[in-house]
Amino acid sequence: MRALLALEDGTWFEGRSFTGMGEASGEVIFNTGMTGYQEILTDPSYIGQMVCMTYPLMGNYGVNSEDVESEKVQVAGFITRECCRIPSNWRATQSLPDYLRGHKIMGVEGVDTRALTTHIRKFGAMRGVMSTTETDPGKLAGKAQQLPRMEGLNLAEKAGCSRPFAWTEWGPVQADLNQDGSYDWPGIGPKILVYDYGIKWNILRLLKAQGLEILVVPWDFGFEQACRVQPHGVFLSNGPGDPAVMTKSIQIISRLLEKFPVAGICLGHQLLGLAMGGTSFKLKFGHHGMNHPVKDLSTGKIEISSQNHGFCVNIEHLDYLEQTHINLNDNTLEGFRHKSKPLMAIQYHPEAASGPHDSRYFFSRYREMVQA
Amino acid sequence: MPKRTDIKKIMLIGSGPIIIGQACEFDYSGTQALKALKEEGYQVVLVNSNPATIMTDPDLADQTYIEPIEPDTVARIIAREKPDALLPTLGGQTGLNTAVALSENGVLEKHGVELIGASLPVIQKAESRELFRKAMENIGLKVPKSGIARNMDEARQWTKSIAFPIIIRPAYTLGGTGGGIAYNLEDLEEKAAYGLSCSMTNEIMLEESVLGWKEFELEVMRDKNDNCVIICSIENLDPMGVHTGDSITVAPSQTLTDREYQAMRNASLDIMREIGVETGGSNVQFAVNPENGEMVVIEMNPRVSRSSALASKATGFPIAKIAAKLAVGYTLDEIPNDITRETMASFEPTIDYCVVKIPRFTFEKFPGSQDLLGTSMKSVGETMAIGRTCKEALQKGLRSLETGHIGLTTVLSPGKPDLEDIRSRLRFPHSLRIFTLHEAFMAGMEIQELYALTSIDPWFLRQIQDLVQMEKELRTFSLEHSLSPENPYLRPVLTEAKTLGFGDRHLARIWKKDEAFVRNLRRELGIEPTYYLVDTCAGEFEAYTPYFYSTYEKSREVFPRQARKIMILGGGPNRIGQGIEFDYCCVHAAYALREMGLCSIMVNSNPETVSTDYDTSDFLYFEPLTFEDVMNIIEFEKPEGVIVQFGGQTPLNLAVPLLQAGVPIIGTSPDSIDRAEDRERFQALINKLGLLQPANGTARSIEEARIIAADIGYPVVVRPSYVLGGRAMEIVYDEEHLITYFKNHVVVAPEHPILLDKFLEGAIEVDVDALSDGNDTYVAGIMEHIEEAGVHSGDSACVIPPHTIEQDIIRDIEAQTLSLARELFVVGLINIQFAIKDGRVYLLEVNPRASRTVPFVSKATSVPLAKLATRVMMGGKLKDLDPWSMRKQGYFSVKEAVLPFGRYPGVDVLLGPEMKSTGEVMGIDYGMGLAFMKGQMGAGQMLPEKGCICISVTEKDKSDCLEPARIFHEMGFSIKATRGTAAFLQENGIPAQVVNKVYEGRPNIIDHIKNKEIDLLINTSSGKKTKHDSSSLRQAAVLYRIPYTTTMAAARAMASALYERAGRGLQVHSMQEYYNNAG
Repeated sequence: MRALLALEDGTWFEGRSFTGMGEASGEVIFNTGMTGYQEILTDPSYIGQMVCMTYPLMGNYGVNSEDVESEKVQVAGFITRECCRIPSNWRATQSLPDYLRGHKIMGVEGVDTRALTTHIRKFGAMRGVMSTTETDPGKLAGKAQQLPRMEGLNLAEKAGCSRPFAWTEWGPVQADLNQDGSYDWPGIGPKILVYDYGIKWNILRLLKAQGLEILVVPWDFGFEQACRVQPHGVFLSNGPGDPAVMTKSIQIISRLLEKFPVAGICLGHQLLGLAMGGTSFKLKFGHHGMNHPVKDLSTGKIEISSQNHGFCVNIEHLDYLEQTHINLNDNTLEGFRHKSKPLMAIQYHPEAASGPHDSRYFFSRYREMVQA
Repeated sequence: MPKRTDIKKIMLIGSGPIIIGQACEFDYSGTQALKALKEEGYQVVLVNSNPATIMTDPDLADQTYIEPIEPDTVARIIAREKPDALLPTLGGQTGLNTAVALSENGVLEKHGVELIGASLPVIQKAESRELFRKAMENIGLKVPKSGIARNMDEARQWTKSIAFPIIIRPAYTLGGTGGGIAYNLEDLEEKAAYGLSCSMTNEIMLEESVLGWKEFELEVMRDKNDNCVIICSIENLDPMGVHTGDSITVAPSQTLTDREYQAMRNASLDIMREIGVETGGSNVQFAVNPENGEMVVIEMNPRVSRSSALASKATGFPIAKIAAKLAVGYTLDEIPNDITRETMASFEPTIDYCVVKIPRFTFEKFPGSQDLLGTSMKSVGETMAIGRTCKEALQKGLRSLETGHIGLTTVLSPGKPDLEDIRSRLRFPHSLRIFTLHEAFMAGMEIQELYALTSIDPWFLRQIQDLVQMEKELRTFSLEHSLSPENPYLRPVLTEAKTLGFGDRHLARIWKKDEAFVRNLRRELGIEPTYYLVDTCAGEFEAYTPYFYSTYEKSREVFPRQARKIMILGGGPNRIGQGIEFDYCCVHAAYALREMGLCSIMVNSNPETVSTDYDTSDFLYFEPLTFEDVMNIIEFEKPEGVIVQFGGQTPLNLAVPLLQAGVPIIGTSPDSIDRAEDRERFQALINKLGLLQPANGTARSIEEARIIAADIGYPVVVRPSYVLGGRAMEIVYDEEHLITYFKNHVVVAPEHPILLDKFLEGAIEVDVDALSDGNDTYVAGIMEHIEEAGVHSGDSACVIPPHTIEQDIIRDIEAQTLSLARELFVVGLINIQFAIKDGRVYLLEVNPRASRTVPFVSKATSVPLAKLATRVMMGGKLKDLDPWSMRKQGYFSVKEAVLPFGRYPGVDVLLGPEMKSTGEVMGIDYGMGLAFMKGQMGAGQMLPEKGCICISVTEKDKSDCLEPARIFHEMGFSIKATRGTAAFLQENGIPAQVVNKVYEGRPNIIDHIKNKEIDLLINTSSGKKTKHDSSSLRQAAVLYRIPYTTTMAAARAMASALYERAGRGLQVHSMQEYYNNAG
């Protein structure tokens, strides 16, 4: 079924919907990973975004029940060159088109994804609408202009959980706090309070693998509430949107880091940076891929990392913080720590999923920091 | 930390001649490495025996040794040059093995040479099956179970712990000879016994079979700080059981989830670390069970490999160049990525297209060999294609093969398809299986069944099925619709077909039209390709590399530069008769254009080459060399001229169609080429110039052939007129033989006449390469063949300067060359073959184009022929260029052919008019005999210093064998000979011990070979019958690696070589020294 994708600047692309009739809208971004579409689709960081995959052949290995990063498909739309209808992989349980249809997410194929990607590279990520019903590209572009901008959007509130849950070997289990706000931690490992701005499950899997006990709470879980569950450490998750508008979260974090060891990934990294007095800015087209080289300045080693962020923080003027990681492509900040306090953050995704596993040491460093 | 300053001089070992499994990819990698090291200011000493390589161009390395790559010779070079370091990982297995030998025998230590890139223990750990298995177990990775057996009892014993089917791999045989797959105990009895008998050490390995598992390969790079990146993942269409070099492969991997891919990535990094490869590129092969994802490690190569070359071309990441820089101490984050300029080499390339590599086979050249693919590599070349989808790339790749296929299609026989026949052709892998799959889908077979028959992953089968589906739709469309541009339904269908990679010719066949019709239709509808960039980063960064592929996408990102542009058409996939020599010429053309300040556009589809390196030309189009694909680029780029005379037969075949399409072909006109190729026009030419040709005739039936043959007299050379490169060419000795020939080879039809030439028995053949500007002609090289006439010029050894031809004959040859060049208005290169018999010069063949020997002549004389030819084509005059003044001489240069017989068990190794060699080496020395010996050594024939020489020659060769036999005898060799030969030798006072021929009872001559009682075999035969009798003898010599010759001329040369060596010993000199000392 013919579909059009129009961007806010009037550029449009033709394709075919492989999920039936429909219309979808969001910020159009690209991802250069050649594998891992299921992880990307279910990554809450992509809320409000339509993802264009630069590798042209998607759906080859179908989808399965294991490779999910949250309980549902999170992207606003999926754009590819060719989508495979009948997958081939021993773990596949469903085809990609069926999966997207089941989650009522629009998927479009036949798009010249390289042209779309280079357009975004030149002019920046932009809002877009794709539709099988609206056949006038001009009108569709008009619709795109009506969409809210990413800057100033507090998507994390929508992306994260609304009630606390615990992470177990079998996945998420609802967690009930006691009347007095305390929590009966089930295990004996260090207790970690995780703020969920749209967390990827693989972060929880890897924290768990470090022997940590995990309680995941919503973004607005207050400082006093946090104190009452008596964690050994706090962890700030990844998530979508602009960190600068999350003033309430930043306030909570400013108080948390006075009392607990804190670490953050991606959005969590940005919030931590802002809470420490840094500033944030939007990257032209963001980092969205799994081949970005990052240098760990403490060891001099290079890791190939999975990245997905549109914003970046600046902490250069803060002499109590120390850069620990930089991106070797554009030299932007990829990680920092406090020179004296137990505080560390990383902009990219050490949990990968999808992406290389080079950065997993971050989770053991975190455990060591909490235990220190 | 930047580069090391404690080393100044680095030695690089190349891979020697092109052989199956080791082709021009190592020229590509070696050239890149050489340039990288020079760029860093190191002195480089290069050893490579292959003159057709770019790396042996004397302006690249500081000292270039075109000497045999074997430990003793390389040790001599080390002793002279005293390099600080040896980089062993860029010259294929040959380079690596030589480095290991030099390390093990203490030469490196003695001269203080450090192995950089990979140390001896690392290489041993990766190469030894046993050490590798232990290493893998250390890091928790699985390898297939295996065991070593030295006799049948041990072999049977292993079946208790290794399940059938069992792969049998004999130790130390030529390229897997004697290997096989045993499906049951009965099989094992036969195949293990055969394997044991083939192995020189009586040792076989039995290995658990992972037949039918999915096969993957990862290309890894590591620097000294333990930073590792994966350059490319590759998935094989052909599952385990087919050598990866013989498999159709696809990049990136297609059917692995991220989890599975990352597990493989982690395993590769762990392997790099465990094996301990300090710096550089390696490749790791995995097999994955399609049922449950179980992963086993098959092998790793601690060096740059064929797959590295493919990965480099597939991603744009220059693996060899980076590997060289890492070896001298740089780290990945210190080396800039040329393509993006903004980023560093420390990243993992990501691509936004699909790459398909397809091997090219030549089973037809080796009658008697079975077209069956297995664990020993058989393909002689490969082609790569890039498309936005796998289907597009597959179609482009298949039409790049130049095997007559115009895409994924087959000619279906009318009537009901024979499903049983199709099934039987799918059960075992062979060179045409992809086309059988097309047939199967056309016949309506289902994926499930085809998967069960072939174990090819359903995803790949689906790609093929989709293409078949489209073909069916296209057929139906033409039945129901008009193919007129006015038909509104046509545009979407045609666009879809082009998007799926259907070529114009393919569509024309489906629609029963001609190519021009489809092309015009397409252009009328504005359906034209666009060119996209290979940029290593999927468009994430701006890229500067001018490396393009065509696709039918909607956008435009490449815009032709306004400049003076010349297009060079490359040679496509390597095959026997067309290989690296032509790529060498194309590369030189690009270099010459650059020197002249012009832009070069290279078009080629062969990933192994230097020509497809992105910095060889100004613009690189990685495209099939078909009329359609080339014409599209020409219309897009609008070059000032197109060079067709450098890339071998491939571009030559395009010359006339391109000319007719109005393309400016520069250099010798296609009409002149036709005058030389067309039999009748050629004869007219000869008559006009008053030259001599062997008596000949053209027969349109067997009766005509008999009359002509009787008329001109036997023996005659017969060949069909419609094939090139000596295909099906034979020397026929009598009428009976002629009739057999017709039965075996010939489709007699009036449009396909048979050509008969008088065979000049015992004549000396001469090859001439010359350069002409249309006015003046420079005779660049006169090469005297060492074998007498009858052996294809590509297979025979030859020498510059001629060593037995008299001066007045040479003057005659030169005069004929001049008059031919003038008559054909040659602008560029011309190659002429002559035969000399009884003081008369006969003209055999004229090719007004670059020949296979251009690089050899260029190296032998220090005159860069291909570069000068390019200048001449651009209007330069020989008077100004003055090649005469550049010429160096005062030494002998011998070219020797390298033959692939070890790969084709059961094929007779006798040489004939049909070319069979895959590559060549050069031997150079001040003495003719030693130059010949170096050629032999380079080709792998180590002539003995003492021991026993075995002679078995035909009646007519007996008197000729006297002189060499006497030399052998006087040098202290003992001589064994078959009855007749021995008697003749004894009569002439040379002691010879009689040995039995094969049918004379045992112990016979083969037993002596097997017992290593023979050190050199001289065996000639004539006539079909004796040839058959002695073929097992020659095969035994190949198998047991006994030096042998099948011609008297070579035997004489060997004798004088041994004599000279005994006198002066072997010495080594660099090309630069030969040139500087030359007159």
